[in-house]
Amino acid sequence: YPAEDVKKPLLNKRKPKPTKLRASITPGTVLILLAGRFMGKRVVFLKQLPSGLLLVTGPFKINGVPLSRVNQSYVIATSTKVDISGVNVEKFDDKYFAKEVDKKKKKSEGEFFEAEKEDKKKLPEDKKEDQKSVDASLIKSIEGVPDLKAYLAARFSLKSGMKPHELVF
Amino acid sequence: NPLLNHPILYINPNSSILIPSPPLSSISNTITHTQTPKMPFKRYVEIGRVALVNYGKDYGKLVVIVDVVDHNRALVDAPDMVRGQMNFKRLTLTDITIDIPRVPKKKTLIEAMEKADVKNKWESSSWGRKLIVQKRRASLNDFDRFKLMLAKIKRSGVIKQELAKLKKENAS
Repeated sequence: YPAEDVKKPLLNKRKPKPTKLRASITPGTVLILLAGRFMGKRVVFLKQLPSGLLLVTGPFKINGVPLSRVNQSYVIATSTKVDISGVNVEKFDDKYFAKEVDKKKKKSEGEFFEAEKEDKKKLPEDKKEDQKSVDASLIKSIEGVPDLKAYLAARFSLKSGMKPHELVF
Repeated sequence: NPLLNHPILYINPNSSILIPSPPLSSISNTITHTQTPKMPFKRYVEIGRVALVNYGKDYGKLVVIVDVVDHNRALVDAPDMVRGQMNFKRLTLTDITIDIPRVPKKKTLIEAMEKADVKNKWESSSWGRKLIVQKRRASLNDFDRFKLMLAKIKRSGVIKQELAKLKKENAS
């Protein structure tokens, strides 16, 4: 027995809460991406994933942004909303976006130089199908609003004289 | 031309107003100007003068001068604010005056403003119309700004076509 009582650490039962979603971001909101490859693109918000990230789609046919995850902090929410009722996003969660893990191949010296030429990872067909099915009803509701399709295809940029703190989004 | 009805490109501040009444000459509380030589000032601080607040918490509001406190300050009132003092430097006088006794009750003030039709006179004046357009432009959505850009491009296209036609006629 130890000479003095050993203190047990207090039990920690805290469960991390999902990131609080800004009130301005609701399903169907048009968001402006602020960073990354698709910087400036206007994109449709679908739902918030359990990790807190936002599930978002271009739609792909309109502006080339696929079904992807985006952090709330790197996004401006506009007040434009798209009708999202025909879209089923139940099946998408964070596991869907996990990277494919390749088994490590042991290479001998001679094969090192050959192994450089691995083929580019192709997108599996089912992901393409998912994209198409999500976008189908979205594109229909987008085409119902005049100019909305061209709006989503265009990128956002600050022009001369625009003051972001005075702009209404 | 359908572009003339574009809701954003042309902001029509007059769309919902009646025909303004003919301007009343401001007489009552001021000295008659027939005896004095031509004055460089047209708008005077007087009881009943409508002014625009240009600084402070009530920025952009139309208020009525109901009394003068001293050479710097006026007592000022409006239908939607508590009557209080304001420095003249915070006020820009307008052309509009109303007929009120010194420091009227709120009810009398509102009646007098209705009778003089201050709201419509203001919104049909060029100054008032400019402010309405500025407010509308500031409140445009990102989508609205995009639609505005498309409308501007379309309008300049139409103008350039006409110009090209005229140039062609002139050249031939």
